[in-house]
Amino acid sequence: MSRQIFSRRALLAGTGVAAASALLPRRVFAASKAKIRIGLLLPYSGTYAALGNNITDAMKLAARELDNKLGGREIEWIAVDDESDPAKAPANVNKLVVGEKVDVLTGPVHSGVAMAMMQIVRQEKTLTIVTNAGAQAVTGQLCAPNVFRTSFSNWQTSYPCADVVLKDGKKKAVLMFWNYSFGQESMAAFKEGFTKGGGTIVKEIPVPFPSTEFQAQLSEIAALKPDAVFVFFAGAGAAKFVKDFADAGLKDKIALYGSGFLTEGVLRAQGAAAEGIKTTLHYADTLDTPANHKFRDAFKKATSREADVYAVAGYDTVHLLANALGKVKGDTGAQKELIAALESAHVDSPRGPFRFSKAHNPVQNVYVRQVKNGKEIVLGVAQKDAEDPAFGCQMAT
Amino acid sequence: MTLPRGVRAALLLGALALALVPLSGDRFWVQFVAKLMIGCLFAVSLDLLVGYAGLVSLAHSAFFGLSAYLLAALSNGLGLLSAFVTLPLCIAFAALAALAVGWLTLRTSGVYFVMVTLAFTQMLYYLFGESPALGGSDGVYIAQRPRLAILGRTVVDLGDPTVAYAAIWLALVLCFVLLWAIVRAPFGRVLIAIRVNEPRMRTLGYRTRRYKLGAFVLGGALAGLAGYLDATLYGFVNPAQFGWRQSGLVLVTVLLGGKGTLYGPAIGAALLALLEHFAERATEHWNAVVGAAVIAVVLFLPRGVAGLLEGHRA
Amino acid sequence: MTLPLLLLQLLNGVEYGLLLFLVASGLTLIFGVLGVLNFAHGSFYMLGAYLAYWLGERTGSLAAAVAIGVPLMFAVGFVVERLAISRLYGRDHLSQLLLTYGLVLLFNELQRALFGNDVHGVPTPRALAFGLPLGELQAWPAYRAFTCVACLAVAAATRHVLLRTRFGMRVRAGAVNPEIVEALGIDVRRLLSILFSAGTALAALAGILAAPLTTAYPGMGEGVLIVSFVVVVIGGIGSVKGAFFGALLVGLADTLGKVLFPGVSSAMVYAVMAAVLLWRPRGLFGQPAEAR
Repeated sequence: MSRQIFSRRALLAGTGVAAASALLPRRVFAASKAKIRIGLLLPYSGTYAALGNNITDAMKLAARELDNKLGGREIEWIAVDDESDPAKAPANVNKLVVGEKVDVLTGPVHSGVAMAMMQIVRQEKTLTIVTNAGAQAVTGQLCAPNVFRTSFSNWQTSYPCADVVLKDGKKKAVLMFWNYSFGQESMAAFKEGFTKGGGTIVKEIPVPFPSTEFQAQLSEIAALKPDAVFVFFAGAGAAKFVKDFADAGLKDKIALYGSGFLTEGVLRAQGAAAEGIKTTLHYADTLDTPANHKFRDAFKKATSREADVYAVAGYDTVHLLANALGKVKGDTGAQKELIAALESAHVDSPRGPFRFSKAHNPVQNVYVRQVKNGKEIVLGVAQKDAEDPAFGCQMAT
Repeated sequence: MTLPRGVRAALLLGALALALVPLSGDRFWVQFVAKLMIGCLFAVSLDLLVGYAGLVSLAHSAFFGLSAYLLAALSNGLGLLSAFVTLPLCIAFAALAALAVGWLTLRTSGVYFVMVTLAFTQMLYYLFGESPALGGSDGVYIAQRPRLAILGRTVVDLGDPTVAYAAIWLALVLCFVLLWAIVRAPFGRVLIAIRVNEPRMRTLGYRTRRYKLGAFVLGGALAGLAGYLDATLYGFVNPAQFGWRQSGLVLVTVLLGGKGTLYGPAIGAALLALLEHFAERATEHWNAVVGAAVIAVVLFLPRGVAGLLEGHRA
Repeated sequence: MTLPLLLLQLLNGVEYGLLLFLVASGLTLIFGVLGVLNFAHGSFYMLGAYLAYWLGERTGSLAAAVAIGVPLMFAVGFVVERLAISRLYGRDHLSQLLLTYGLVLLFNELQRALFGNDVHGVPTPRALAFGLPLGELQAWPAYRAFTCVACLAVAAATRHVLLRTRFGMRVRAGAVNPEIVEALGIDVRRLLSILFSAGTALAALAGILAAPLTTAYPGMGEGVLIVSFVVVVIGGIGSVKGAFFGALLVGLADTLGKVLFPGVSSAMVYAVMAAVLLWRPRGLFGQPAEAR
């Protein structure tokens, strides 16, 4: 007797559920079936190719850890080689945003490409996660609710270095950098910190991007005899600069400093020439945390390459997306909820604790590192919970 | 210089087809074809110099870029949004620059002329690319696109992709018709004669340098128009718009399409853009496809695609 | 700027100029004698640099790269000339420009297919990986001194071949009047093939020597090509002596520009060319005859 009632109840309950589900918005059902399209606007050729590859591979590694599903939906990767060329950027971004209609746009490496991307995604309101480019404007003047950055801002990676240089007793510095927005902003941030602490900039030497002919400038630096040289170069350019600096006989005579990009990913190529260089960055290979060890081991196993700061940003991006999309059950159309979910996300990143500021830039520790015996040793924290000043961002006020 | 009837019909059909593209509603294609049409306009304006006056100029992209940058300066810096004001100013600026460059470079001839025009465009490329004040290598954004307002009400807003498309289509058609008329007028005929045998024209009493300069300025002004429209389309100007790569590319489209025909370069520009787009999706090594196509055209279609369309003519 | 620094920068400029000369000498001869505007010349430079990287990785020696790479590129030049360039003789410069532009696209893709998209550093030969001390802080990399010497040796050899051998005599005659040379019964076709191949090999040699200094990267050919054209024009088309002095002038202008006017250094070279052409419209040592 009881079994009949039970089954009748079950039948009623089942009917109720079926009726209710018929009333649910179609969108949720459609969304949970369609693949989630993630656009990758990254350099796969030229001086930053290694960076683009590392970011991509780290993203795919994170995806595999999540069974290749974000919010219950399978991932479709759509990649475009931006060639680190700002001139081609509008067309490339359009290809992904307007042509391929990606759900989430990620990248780029080059800050100039990022600026082009910002113009378009602000208009199109595509959910965008900047996985490397450090231009201040991305979370400054051009900040937007649909834009997040999981990497760094120029200020965070250069300003703290000024203190490091001053503490080493160096007061006269020469600046040398690739002459585009990232290099210019890095130098401005360093100069601000350095002059505030009583240092003087002897000379600023711009080099056209992506030129790697440094001989004439190195001769000049040797003649100027400064206490220290602060530089910005990254990727293959950084590898070459450090080697040329040593070849010119300057290695143990003038102290070389830079934002961490000077040695990230290129230590092996630089070899002994990199010994002793101090840099500041929000990550270091040798960070002794379980999250970092687990990440580095997994990355090495998957790609046979060593992970670096570029990979970390890609890795964190996918985990953050998974976190946030999980909260909205994969509904990429619910942008407001998605944004709120991202804003409140906390992630156990290989770089240490990390959360988003109001301007959607990471608030993170910046470490002082030094190359010793071919490894990046962490000397300490240059700035704890460094937050980019976000000048001109409406959301940060 | 009459067109064979088939070609004329094809051109009219093409213009009509282009006019209908916005009806498709596909935003990506509307923007792609708009950019393609700007390339056609740019190539046609160069054909006046290369195909008719016999001036192989690598400075053409300089005028394209200068006009674009002036628009950025006027609209960002001075807040001038009215196209009634900015369009004539930008074209005039490009024309003036062409006058200055032409006056200096037309002293040379042949390969030296090509190289001197290259020098000017390269100097501009580095000037704009390396000074942060002028935007640097990352380029400059145009905060607000130009618009046409009558009595305070915006009638035409070039920020709207469909409106921009219509403006570009109109510009292309009008310029084509204008140049078509010019090359059949006495001015054009003198230019062609100068290209064929300049010393003879000089002995006949023509001030050949003036005619060449006139063609250079007219071409430069139209290149400026193309630059203005390009800046409007993407809201972005970049030093790469100067530089020999851009100049070289438009020269390639002129040669591919068939110089000295006006419509040939337009076809060349369109074909190259389409070839690149589809080859890119087909294979990673799409550059090789384009390269092979270019080589094939040179070896088998010595007068370009237009030569193919016109059949065997003297 | 102090005198020692100035002298050192002059040395840097000369070193750059001498490498440019290797590339430009081939270009000016091909342009002057074959009458071909070879836009693909930079691609041979690039292939040389990539060969230096690839062969260097496998053999561990730059000398091996030179020994294998140069003859290999000579052969490549020969094949390119037979298959493509020979069809361009007598055609107008624009067609030549277009066809060789197509070749550049093909070579670029070939490089990507063979060597990938990355930038590749090329290690300096260990024997030359030291610095020549020039002051308390200054040291000039010995490898740069070596490239200077190597380029000068090649320049001297080129001069010897052009001025003192029968082949050179025919080349010089061909630069002035190819029709007469043919009329004299000399196998002009073979002359042109060998000349083109030699030009290609020179460009490749420059690429191999320069690889440790510039790294091997995609698109490196176009940059050097444009500057080489500038050198050729400054020196005068067809004149190897002109290419030599033009290259030195360009090297010095570029280096001094980087140091004295870093904001506009890259434009210096073009400003110099424009100035030279305004003074001597046919280049420093160009032929006063009609332009081809």
